[in-house]
Amino acid sequence: MPELATDVERLSLVIEIGGMPVRVNTTDPEFLGMLKNRYAGFVGTADHAEVDFDVALTTPGFGASDADVRVRWTSGQWLLERGDFRAEWEPASRRGSIRQSANPYSTDSVLRIVHTLALAREGGFLLHAASAIRNEKAFLFAGVSGAGKTTISRLAPPDATLLTDEISYVRKHDDHYVAFGTPFTGELAKLGENVSAPIAALYLLAQGPRNQIKPVSAVEATRSLLANVLFFAEDPALVQMTFHSAFEFVSRVPARRLTFVPDSRVWEVIG
Amino acid sequence: MSKLYVARSPRVAARSLDGEMMIMSGRDSTLFTLNRTATLIWQAADGTTSLEEIVKRKICREFEVTADEALRDAETLVRELATHGILEASEEPISQKTSAGGSR
Repeated sequence: MPELATDVERLSLVIEIGGMPVRVNTTDPEFLGMLKNRYAGFVGTADHAEVDFDVALTTPGFGASDADVRVRWTSGQWLLERGDFRAEWEPASRRGSIRQSANPYSTDSVLRIVHTLALAREGGFLLHAASAIRNEKAFLFAGVSGAGKTTISRLAPPDATLLTDEISYVRKHDDHYVAFGTPFTGELAKLGENVSAPIAALYLLAQGPRNQIKPVSAVEATRSLLANVLFFAEDPALVQMTFHSAFEFVSRVPARRLTFVPDSRVWEVIG
Repeated sequence: MSKLYVARSPRVAARSLDGEMMIMSGRDSTLFTLNRTATLIWQAADGTTSLEEIVKRKICREFEVTADEALRDAETLVRELATHGILEASEEPISQKTSAGGSR
């Protein structure tokens, strides 16, 4: 009797952001190719993955990507939902699944959420901030849309390494903080470099008539930081962790207000 | 008029920095910064002391204000913070709950 079913080849890609490998499994070679292209520079080779996601592709137009995202802890797993995806992640088994159309933007959103959840447990966070390395030190430039994240990234001198123009990746290492490059892009649409460095300063961005750096109080720095931290989960315990992480960060990393004109000379005052 | 009891919600994160009390809602991550009066009420909100007592002991001693006026303002403030899930308010004493936590 002939076999009624044949094994479908499982294709995998490890996407390693912030030193955390996440394996994505699919049966669609075209989708895998899209992911390889999207995360070029962040493709890892680790056998071990923090999370293994099986992706089940749906027909295009599965749902709207502009719908509100919901992230809940239920029955021992995280449930991540938006119009264009539904994902489950069980941390204990390191396994998860994603149901989405073949749109890397949906995968990107799931990855951002998974990283915020994982970082929260170890004192780190994702931040609405551009970041770059210069002289082996990382600098963060935080601000809401229009504050100048893309502009400061575009003006970076040749000896600066751009980590991201949109979403910065912050991890706590012992008594200091490290910024990692991310593939999460903003208007610049340029992937960050997959490198890291200790964070030397946090700059709160504002555009103004001249380049100027001013100190900010710990209260203002903490308030601004919290306003720019990415929160997704409807989970009081996680909110508490991230809240206290922001205070810890401000107690260890100098924060300043950077007012600047869109001119490359702004980088002369950074450091 | 019946007494009002207030308790700090266990579903928030709170921390004092340079004399300012910052509180984040665990429900929707909204951040609040309390002024001095609100901070005094927040710190004294143990669920078993009535708001009237809190106002007498904490507010009237620190600010030049009549008890009636301070209580009216405090009730308005408490009801507003309660709508944001920062404080719990009840006409009965509120038993202290354990903090929302857990491993993820």
